[in-house]
Amino acid sequence: MADGLRIVAPGVATTLQDAGRRGYLRFGISGSGAMDLDLLALANALVGNPADAAGIEMAMLGPTLVCEAEVCRVALAGASFAMALNGRAVDPYTAYDLRRGDRLNLGAPSRGLRAWLAVAGGFAVAPMLGSVSTHTRTRLGGLDGTPLAAGDLLPLRAPEPVGRPPTLPHVHRPRFGGSIRVVLGPQADSFTEEGLRTFLSAPYTLTARADRMGCHLDGPPIAHADGFNIVSDGIVNGSIQVPGHGRPLILLADRHTTGGYPKIATVVSADFSRLAQVRPGETIRFESVTVDEAQSLAQDAKSALTVRLAALVPAGGGDLDSGFLLSCNLIGGVVSANHIGSVA
Amino acid sequence: MSEPGYRLLDCGDWALTVELGRAVDPVVNAQVVALDEAIRSAGRPGLLETVPTYRSLLVLYDPDLLPRADLAALIAAHWPPPVAATGAIRRWRVPVLYGGEHGVDLADLAAKTKLSQDEVIALHAGCDYRVHMIGFAPGFAYLGGLDPRIHASRRTDPRPTIPPGSVSIGGNQTGVSPPLELPSGWQLIGRTPARSYDPARAEPFLFAAGDLIRFEPIDRAAFDDLSAAAQAGERVATMERVHG
Repeated sequence: MADGLRIVAPGVATTLQDAGRRGYLRFGISGSGAMDLDLLALANALVGNPADAAGIEMAMLGPTLVCEAEVCRVALAGASFAMALNGRAVDPYTAYDLRRGDRLNLGAPSRGLRAWLAVAGGFAVAPMLGSVSTHTRTRLGGLDGTPLAAGDLLPLRAPEPVGRPPTLPHVHRPRFGGSIRVVLGPQADSFTEEGLRTFLSAPYTLTARADRMGCHLDGPPIAHADGFNIVSDGIVNGSIQVPGHGRPLILLADRHTTGGYPKIATVVSADFSRLAQVRPGETIRFESVTVDEAQSLAQDAKSALTVRLAALVPAGGGDLDSGFLLSCNLIGGVVSANHIGSVA
Repeated sequence: MSEPGYRLLDCGDWALTVELGRAVDPVVNAQVVALDEAIRSAGRPGLLETVPTYRSLLVLYDPDLLPRADLAALIAAHWPPPVAATGAIRRWRVPVLYGGEHGVDLADLAAKTKLSQDEVIALHAGCDYRVHMIGFAPGFAYLGGLDPRIHASRRTDPRPTIPPGSVSIGGNQTGVSPPLELPSGWQLIGRTPARSYDPARAEPFLFAAGDLIRFEPIDRAAFDDLSAAAQAGERVATMERVHG
């Protein structure tokens, strides 16, 4: 029987995600992909994978897994999920070598919402339309187009772990929070001045209707200037639509590719990370920036990832051996970790 | 149309919409398709994806490889796009079983329009439609050119799922659904055995914006035969190249 990771309990919204599909938006196929490509890249670096290898994305309640291979190196990046290896608490941002029969249990996060579990060598799962990212609405990707379920066996490519398992020092671990920065438009002129002011000043709360397709927000209604129907056009990751009721809806990785409500603004790619960690019931505020500012924020995020990838050290101290560093493919990882992949 | 005839609307830091118009208009849509072809064939690194729609072209770009100003210049350099110079257009013949359990709204539509069901079918299958865009769901084709006599308002209460391959009418548009169970508020008049989307097929998508589609009525026996063939990976819909 194939070696793999067995899902004993799936959690609530656990899916395989890589950097997503590119080139199919014009045919109505969502880009999908990890909701935070930088954290997927970081989890992958911890186990020596390329940045865009598929990992397990989890939200709110993680899975319980049993290792059914001789050895499997794993690492988690993201929200502060409770994490136990054979009942002993272990850390995120640190790689562990699971042995056959070892049980990894992920509970709920104390803060944040999502995390990514990478395994050394990645999963031996055939891509569909160029990606193994799961898109449940169209049953694309993953094992069978659905979230992971109890009993599923995730087959491993299973290379031997290289060197000692690394960790990311606490000082380099990401922190989440802050306002969500947006570029106004493409249809900001569909709203009144007052409506734009409301959008940029009022707090908005994530409702329970929040998933990989989009987040419905609750808060003061935003006034349209002249109705709320436009002729459908394209939607990107982070587009903020305002339907007739005036409450914003942020469209995300698994969104429809086109839509007919005016889009007041677009979340900057650098803040996809923040957005991916906001829980239903939590409040966000929007802040307007220019395209130039948004592009320089994206550069800052890229630099921050580069610094983190270079900061990995062996768990327990000492230097990483050169074999491990080469296996991380740091340069390639930085390039393909670009946020743009998340919409493709 | 006043020059330059389009607006660039930013969609965050890595995408922009080239808006050519604000209404459904076949001339505008032809320009969208032509502009899409022109800038894609320029082969510029950093041009990631484009999404042609009714009236605009969404362009996703990598600002590290293709700065926004360079992208704007690329678009300007290809404006106006050579609509008339477009060569052969693809025309699809798409088999449809109209009415009955496969088109549950056909009888109502006939009653509302004071036409017989056969007349509605003849009008619907009697002309070429233009694929304005693919959107909403994988392979869902929005078609323009519907005869005004069979325009039909959307349902006030959308259905949570409709049969795969439904052919439907929403307002002044008609559409072909992919073989997926989708929600819809459109009026269902028939079903095609053709799979406009099949990720297992070498050619996963049949239709693209700018193509023409003509529907051909078939009977139940043909529907069943063609469904089996489509299931086995055959295209079922036939394609020819015509001059537009």
